[in-house]
Amino acid sequence: MTIGLGHYLSVAAILFTLGIFGIFLNRKNVIVILMSIELILLAVNINLVAFSSFLGDIVGQVYALLVLTVAAAEAAIGLAILVAYFRNRGSIAVEDINLMKG
Amino acid sequence: MIIHAIFFYLFAGVTVASAVMVISSRNPVHSVLFLILAFVNAAGLFVLLGAEFLAMILIVVYVGAVAVLFLFVVMMLDVDFAELRQGFLNYLPIGALVGAVVLAELLVVVGAWVIGPDVSSAISAPIPAAATVNNTQALGLVLYTRYVYFFEAAGVILLVAMVGAIMLTLHHKPGVRRQNIAAQVARRRDSAIEVIKVKSGQGL
Repeated sequence: MTIGLGHYLSVAAILFTLGIFGIFLNRKNVIVILMSIELILLAVNINLVAFSSFLGDIVGQVYALLVLTVAAAEAAIGLAILVAYFRNRGSIAVEDINLMKG
Repeated sequence: MIIHAIFFYLFAGVTVASAVMVISSRNPVHSVLFLILAFVNAAGLFVLLGAEFLAMILIVVYVGAVAVLFLFVVMMLDVDFAELRQGFLNYLPIGALVGAVVLAELLVVVGAWVIGPDVSSAISAPIPAAATVNNTQALGLVLYTRYVYFFEAAGVILLVAMVGAIMLTLHHKPGVRRQNIAAQVARRRDSAIEVIKVKSGQGL
């Protein structure tokens, strides 16, 4: 009953799938879409750390740190855009965001 | 070893269950709280993997900063979230189809995958023995030397994100009176007061 690399990769695969599924399921709610993207990035981080741990190479954890940084920056920018958009339009429904379609 | 397995299944199960709740919860506030639960349990998985520093960073950065940012935005925006859930089930079949395909592909890859025989010779920075150097120190030894440009790039990304977020959300309302210190300091006595001799019995 040893926990191997495959177990961790399976958890990461399930999380990744749930993130993609969440994007499809909540097509109208931008906030939940952003949370789904966070779940996808968390799955990537679990993969990186699992490989780093089982292969004995610490570089994977360095990359996981960078992914964490980018995820935090992405959340901050995404939510700032959301706030600015809500201030201008009074709505955050995805299908209303079509101003640039022409 | 059995303790390790028990904790792995505990953390993995709670992570996956709370991820399900994140995407299916009716109230976005509940979604954010389940996201926090998922991140805390993923930090538990990181501790099991021996990456203690990343586990703590995950809690500090995600639970302390990102999730609170989400919570703040969800509560600040006055949005009718029930309306946003209209057509929630319309996309369920296509979403389930895409999700099932992706999951099947990923699990096939995980199932049919083995570590190559020459991988151990390609390791660039082996993890030192935990008895001599702990995880945080080992990470610092490579992060500040060989990957120092990555580290600085991460700092620049955070700086750009901070400037961008402030630029996007900061706005000055026109017509708000503000203190103008230069005008206050530049004021002279003769422009500020006027001495008028008023004769008694007469007005101005």
